[in-house]
Amino acid sequence: MNVIPISYYLALSGILFGLGVVGFVFKRNIITIFMAIELMLNAVNLAFVAFARAHSQLDGLVFVFFVIVVAAAEAAVGLAIVIALAQTRQSLNVDRVNLLKF
Amino acid sequence: MPILDHLWIILALPLLGSAINGLIGGPLGQRWTKTAVNTVGVGSVALSFLCVCEAVREFSALPADQIPVFRDFFTWMIAGPFRADFALQFDQLTLVMTLIVTGVGLLVHIFSVGYMAHEGGYYRFFAYLNLFVFFMLTLVLGANLLITFVGWEGVGLCSYLLIGFWFLKKSAADAGKKAFITTRIGDMGFMVGILLAFATYRTIDYREMFAAVSSSPVETHLGVITAICLLLFMGAVGKSAQLPLYVWLPDAMEGPTPVSALIHAATMVTAGVYIVARMNPLFSRAPIAMLVVAIVGAVTAFYAATIGIAQTDIKKVLAYSTVSQLGYMFLACGVGAYSAGIFHLMTHAFFKGLLFLASGSVIHAMGGEQDMLKMGGLWKKIPVTAWTMMIGTLAISGIPPFAGFFSKDQILWAAYAGPYANKLLWALAFVAALITSFYMFRLMFLTFFGQPRYDEHHVHVHESPWSMLGPLCILAFLSTVGGWFAAPKLWDGPDHFKNFLDPVFASAASLAPHITEPGQSIELEFSGFAVLAGVIGLVIAISLYLGDPERPKRLAKKLGALYTLVYNKYFVDEIYGALIVRPLIWLSRNVLWQVVDVGMIDGTVNGAADAARAAGSEARQLQSGNARSYATWVIVGAVGFTALLLGLLGMRP
Repeated sequence: MNVIPISYYLALSGILFGLGVVGFVFKRNIITIFMAIELMLNAVNLAFVAFARAHSQLDGLVFVFFVIVVAAAEAAVGLAIVIALAQTRQSLNVDRVNLLKF
Repeated sequence: MPILDHLWIILALPLLGSAINGLIGGPLGQRWTKTAVNTVGVGSVALSFLCVCEAVREFSALPADQIPVFRDFFTWMIAGPFRADFALQFDQLTLVMTLIVTGVGLLVHIFSVGYMAHEGGYYRFFAYLNLFVFFMLTLVLGANLLITFVGWEGVGLCSYLLIGFWFLKKSAADAGKKAFITTRIGDMGFMVGILLAFATYRTIDYREMFAAVSSSPVETHLGVITAICLLLFMGAVGKSAQLPLYVWLPDAMEGPTPVSALIHAATMVTAGVYIVARMNPLFSRAPIAMLVVAIVGAVTAFYAATIGIAQTDIKKVLAYSTVSQLGYMFLACGVGAYSAGIFHLMTHAFFKGLLFLASGSVIHAMGGEQDMLKMGGLWKKIPVTAWTMMIGTLAISGIPPFAGFFSKDQILWAAYAGPYANKLLWALAFVAALITSFYMFRLMFLTFFGQPRYDEHHVHVHESPWSMLGPLCILAFLSTVGGWFAAPKLWDGPDHFKNFLDPVFASAASLAPHITEPGQSIELEFSGFAVLAGVIGLVIAISLYLGDPERPKRLAKKLGALYTLVYNKYFVDEIYGALIVRPLIWLSRNVLWQVVDVGMIDGTVNGAADAARAAGSEARQLQSGNARSYATWVIVGAVGFTALLLGLLGMRP
């Protein structure tokens, strides 16, 4: 059986994570930033699954479920914040949300 | 033996009186009437005096092998080999001292009832006086150096409190501080002396220390015994107002007159003489230290007497005369005549207490005036004060048969022909005796004779109440007969006072170099010579002050610079001010304050705070409120941490 080497998965995971980071830092739209965070989470999920498969252990798979649950909860809270922000600021630009500072 | 077994009662009574008056009599609760304060203040000292009398009675019945009476009440502190007990002892020397302290103290308390009647802070005054008596008794009853030191510092404290009794007056407050700080210089030496004594003998207990030293030979070089003695003597110089630390005592006259009588004449200032006499087994083994004591004593006796000539404040004259007489006592100890020194201490307590109280009575009569140049002709108006003061003057001038004659004669004789005789010091003391007689009669003549120099319409001179005159009469009686213990010696009989004290000074006597006693007739002639000094002083005083009132002024003008020098007390206060006080203030202000305190200490503290604030104000810029910049920091942190793991710590995947 032809097995795709783990390094392929890890490379893809790294690329996805990098894209997430770049999106997270450079995008101003709060929804986009949100999606970048999801992208990073899923990149990590991919790495977990790949390792679990390669080492034939369930630990990694279990951890993926945890991450998905946390991501879902985060999305629920995060999107609620986004709606609240959108209502008060009439905008989704994070740079305008900067009241909490020195 | 109830009292001798419970020596602490003698101490506890004045302390109790002080506590009652100080705590209840004044600020707390209702203010007591003066009668209540009197009763407690005088009563506690009177009871203490009675206890001492009872102790004396019991003591006289003791066999010689039980002397000194030694009572250990409890252990005060133990630290390694160091051990200090609360222990009291009672021997012949203590007996004399406690009798003087409680006896003269009682008379001064009674006198104060009348003298302080119109003063504020009445309860406070008596609380301080009682506290003083407590500490003084602690000093003389203590059986080790540390207990003595407690009393030593305690009387210093009371002296400070009482000199500054009228603390609203700046000069009084300053004088109190001056006394406290000046004696502190000596006390430092005293403290080091105690430590050195402990380091040498592993004990501070008198009995054990004297037992340890009893095998030591006489130390003719500068050794450890000499060092201990000189350090203890340094404390004595401060407390007993000798050169060069005498400057506080004349200023101490700012206190109420009874205080001057009790503390600065009769008792506290004699503490230095007491400690030298108490430590006689050590001093006798350190001839060099004894010589220092004798020189300081003789020079002070002469020096202070010369200053007394030109003073016009009645109390200042007595103050300098006290310094001078204390010098005599040290001279006596320095030439090995300890019992003569203690004898003079006792007679001095009588006649100087008398003189001070009488001067207080004069000041009281004059309504507060202390300048003798504004008195004169008081003899008829206050005869009891005048007569008693005359007796005190005759006593201090060494005119027989008054008390001072016997004690001063013994000191002069010991300096002239004793085992440690020193003719030069004798000459100084002899001239000082002459001057003493002169300035004391000058005081008498200026105060009581001649024409009144005050405004008779404004000053209503009145004799003092009997609560003041009574103590004067008792002290006058004592000043007359107080020296008669030694009188039989004049016709080759025993000297009862010396014989009584001899057991205390036994080791000193055994160490003294042997001399052949000059014959009795020579001693008698010598006594006549000493009386002559007093008479010459009297004659000079008569010729100057009883005749033409302008004559002293003419003489002063003729002497010119010399008179100015003496009148200004040799400018010693100014010299100390210029050499010590001003440089110290300059150093404090310009170096310690501006450089060390402001620059270094404040600089460090404020600098640390400023640095923290500056760092904070820079660092808070990081919290920009911009979520994306936080994200950047998170990434930088993550990358940095990963790099740290991989690179620096050498962890490899």
